[in-house]
Parts: sequence; structure tokens; C-alpha cells
Amino acid sequence: MFEAFARLLVYQWLNLDPASHLGSAVHFFVMDTTKIFFLLFIIIYIMGLLRALLSPEKVRAYVRGKPKWLARTLAITLGAITPFCSCSSVPLFIGFVEAGIPLGVTFSFLIASPMINEVAVVILVGILGWKLAALYVAAGLTVAYIGGIIMEQFKPERWVEDYVWKIHMGESQAVAVDTSLSGRHRYAMNEIKEIIGRIWKWVLAGVALGAAFHGYVPEAWVVEHLGGKGNWFAVPGAVLLGVPLYSNATGVIPIAEAMLGKGVAVGTTLALMMSIAALSLPEMLILRKVLRWPVLAIYASVLAVAFMLVGWGFNFIT
Amino acid sequence: MKHIKILGTGCSNCKATLKTIEAAAQAADADICLEKVEDIGEIMSYGVMSTPGVVIDGKVVHAGGVPDRKTVESWIKA
Repeated sequence: MFEAFARLLVYQWLNLDPASHLGSAVHFFVMDTTKIFFLLFIIIYIMGLLRALLSPEKVRAYVRGKPKWLARTLAITLGAITPFCSCSSVPLFIGFVEAGIPLGVTFSFLIASPMINEVAVVILVGILGWKLAALYVAAGLTVAYIGGIIMEQFKPERWVEDYVWKIHMGESQAVAVDTSLSGRHRYAMNEIKEIIGRIWKWVLAGVALGAAFHGYVPEAWVVEHLGGKGNWFAVPGAVLLGVPLYSNATGVIPIAEAMLGKGVAVGTTLALMMSIAALSLPEMLILRKVLRWPVLAIYASVLAVAFMLVGWGFNFIT
Repeated sequence: MKHIKILGTGCSNCKATLKTIEAAAQAADADICLEKVEDIGEIMSYGVMSTPGVVIDGKVVHAGGVPDRKTVESWIKA
């Protein structure tokens, strides 16, 4: 459907040549933009209707006082299904610390949350197929689990800002929600407005980058330099490239699509996706309000190493 | 008179929430006292982790995301 629409618009109405760079780039752009935004509307509306989104207050209550392995598993699962805006990182961090949840578990949550969420997973399945979606999710969950454990070994407590320990959180009050159908509908529409309002620019930027890659980068060059097993340096390159680039997990998907289509190795693509979604300067600056630089540097390094291992691992086995 | 507090560290959603409430109060000609709370310690003292949150006369009525206009109107009227 989207493919047919993009064909009609780009090749018939705009009269672009399918064999040209511009034609193939614009076709990619139109197809992915319509498809991704369509999927976004549907999935966010359904999630909103179900009111299935967990609040961080509930996550905190679930995780609190559980044995560490269970706390970590819960934190990661909840982090993966709760899309929270990065401006909530600070209250979230403080809330976890105040509840006595170990910092390593909190780090696991912070790693999982931006990388995996149900919206990104649906789009991932829609664009790249369930196999790659499963690989991405499995790799993300593993990195979050092990990354948190490694962070713990550095005793990150010493670098938490002093004021964080002094905050006392009040009892969470139950917020009354309107569960009538019209209330759910209004909530769902509001969610669409809020989430799409927040991520549309990342999605468009991602599709544009993907389209440029799809239309203009020659396949032979890609296969020689970024595909296959001989190019071990492509993986660290991808991770490094991801640090200054920042995007929502959804915006990364069209870039991955274009890369895979041209023959970039799966591991290299996964490493770039994870690095763009989870390792970013703005996120670090927000966390700087509660954590001092040494621990942020360790955090970034642990993630970078983990993404490289994921990349090499997948390139090795595929 | 209702005392409404908006809990938020200054992200765009918090500003949008403030505007929605201001507009709804003006339209309904309601007598309210609006206050923005940016201190993280005070925000957390209400048990709110997902900002923006809305507190009316000491009670949390909303947390996380921008509330829709109809909900806001029901707060002001009630």
C-alpha cells in the first residue's frame, strides 16, 4: 500500500526517474514517512486506549525491596515498556535512589528505557521484520542487564550529587483516571499529540538520512567497506558515529533499513542503532544534574564497549 | 479560591501544561492561584516522578504528560 502510493507520487506525479539517485531517495523518503507515521498513529492510539502505559511511580513501587536479580529483571522489562521522556530522567533517578533501589539496577533501567519501547518495536517489526526486531530487543535487554552489573562494580554511589541523598519523597497518591470510553479516547488522542509532537523531527531526520544513504551511496562501496567480516573497524566506527548523533529509537529505524538494504553487516547496523538511541550528549547533560562526570564517563565507556561487542558478535555469527 | 501547582523542572511539556490551565481558567473566568514548582525536592515531596504533575489544593490530580483541555476544565469547575 505504502509502496504503491510512493511509486505513484514519486514516479508518476513528480515524474522522477526510478533509476536516478534523486528518484530512489525521494521514493524511500515518501514510503517510509507515510508508513512510519501511519504505524505511529495506530500503535500509540491503541496503547492509549488500553491505558497500558506504566508510570514510573508504579515501576518504583514494583522494584522496591525485591532481590537484586529480580529487581534488575523487573527494572529492565518495565524500562522497555515504559516510554518516558528524557526530561523525567532526573526525578526518576532520585525516586529510585530514595526507594533504596541499588544504583546498578537504576543504570539497567536507564540503559533499557531509551533503546527499547513498544512503539519502536512495532515500527521495527513493520519496517525490518520480526527477526531483526527480535535481535535488537534481545541485544538491548542483554546490554542493559550486564551493563548495570558492570556499573555496580565501580561503586557509582560515590559520584552521586549530595543533595540527591537528602530528598525525601512523599507518598505517591493515586491519581483518579477517567476510564469511560470517551475518557480513554481523549487520553489516546492526547498521547498521539504528545508523543508524535516530541519525536516527529527525529523520525523525519532519520528517514531523510536513510533516504540519502539509500539513493546516493553506491552499493559496491558499502559492501566492500562496511559489509562482511574483514572490516572489524566498521563496528567501533559505527558506535563512535552514534555518539554525536542523537535520535529517538524510532528515528533510527529508517537509517538501519537503508544500511541493511545496501549490504551493511547486521552487527554494524545494530551497533549504530544502539549507540544513536542510548548514547547521547543531551542525555548525559541531563544526568549530570544528579551524577558527577567520572561516573558519566564510565557509563558512556561501558555502553560503547557493550555495543561494540554486540556488533562484532553478530557480524561474527552471521 | 483554588490553589493550583504545576510540578515540573521546566521541560516543554510543563510549559504546555501551564498554558493549558491558564487558558482554561481565563475562558471560564475562574478565580485560581497558579504556581509553578521547579524545585526537584518539592516536586518529589508530592510523590511525583513523572513530570509535569498538577496539584490542586494539596492533592495530586495528574502526573506525566500534558493533560487535555477537557480534563483541565473539569478541575477548574469542580
